[in-house]
Amino acid sequence: MHYRGIFPRDLFTELERLQREFDGSPSIRGAAPGYPAMNVGTTPKSVEVYAFAPGMTPEEFDVQVENGVLTISGERKNIVPPEGATIHIGEHFSGRFRRVVSLPDDIEPNSTTASYRDGVLHVCVARREAAQSRRISVQ
Amino acid sequence: MNEKVIKRENASEESAAMRPAVNVVEDATGITLYADLPGVPKEKLSIHVEGDNLILEGELGINSPPNMEAIHAEVDLSRYRRVFTLSRELDGDKVSAGFRHGVLELRIPKAEHAQPRRIVVQAT
Repeated sequence: MHYRGIFPRDLFTELERLQREFDGSPSIRGAAPGYPAMNVGTTPKSVEVYAFAPGMTPEEFDVQVENGVLTISGERKNIVPPEGATIHIGEHFSGRFRRVVSLPDDIEPNSTTASYRDGVLHVCVARREAAQSRRISVQ
Repeated sequence: MNEKVIKRENASEESAAMRPAVNVVEDATGITLYADLPGVPKEKLSIHVEGDNLILEGELGINSPPNMEAIHAEVDLSRYRRVFTLSRELDGDKVSAGFRHGVLELRIPKAEHAQPRRIVVQAT
């Protein structure tokens, strides 16, 4: 399965990003969409959220669903270099992070599951049975 | 370690890739590189040394539900790639690696002759 196929590069998002880069006055929160990077998808039965947050342990995440909003927060600890070592490149995000996703109206907050694998936090929020579209046969 | 873009003929290696964020720390006996490769399973990670170049590559292995429709994507490429040039005192043959929770830790020791030696100053 090709990942790009599922999350195709959106032309408008791309244009917006390019515009932001050329723009002399970027947002006060920075040009990047925030940390961790997130992908969101839906199926008829669930909302699937993937947060790309490497270097954590499952216990270090705080995942909450409240009033139709999913909040993912935590803290990524910096790697402490040994004494006398020189840091040549330091690009890793470190410190506290928090990201918020508005969920659709038909979610079932009590059946939310979260798992952490290969540095990606996957949150699956179930959607209510009734909201799932049914095919109506035409008589 | 300087970064360098290598021209290649192989089309798949030319395809767009994300640049993993790295931390590089040097101590007396070598260099430790930490690379963020979230979403890459161990078996889809490749590290190789070609001449002076250290090449890091990884492919995402996320199993999304087959009927999922993407509504928002910040990670929209399926692979990571980054190339570094190793300086001469580093021993490319002795690179060791660990990979945990999407963070690769690479240790590149300095060659024997480049290890620090303490020179005792003789009193005369």
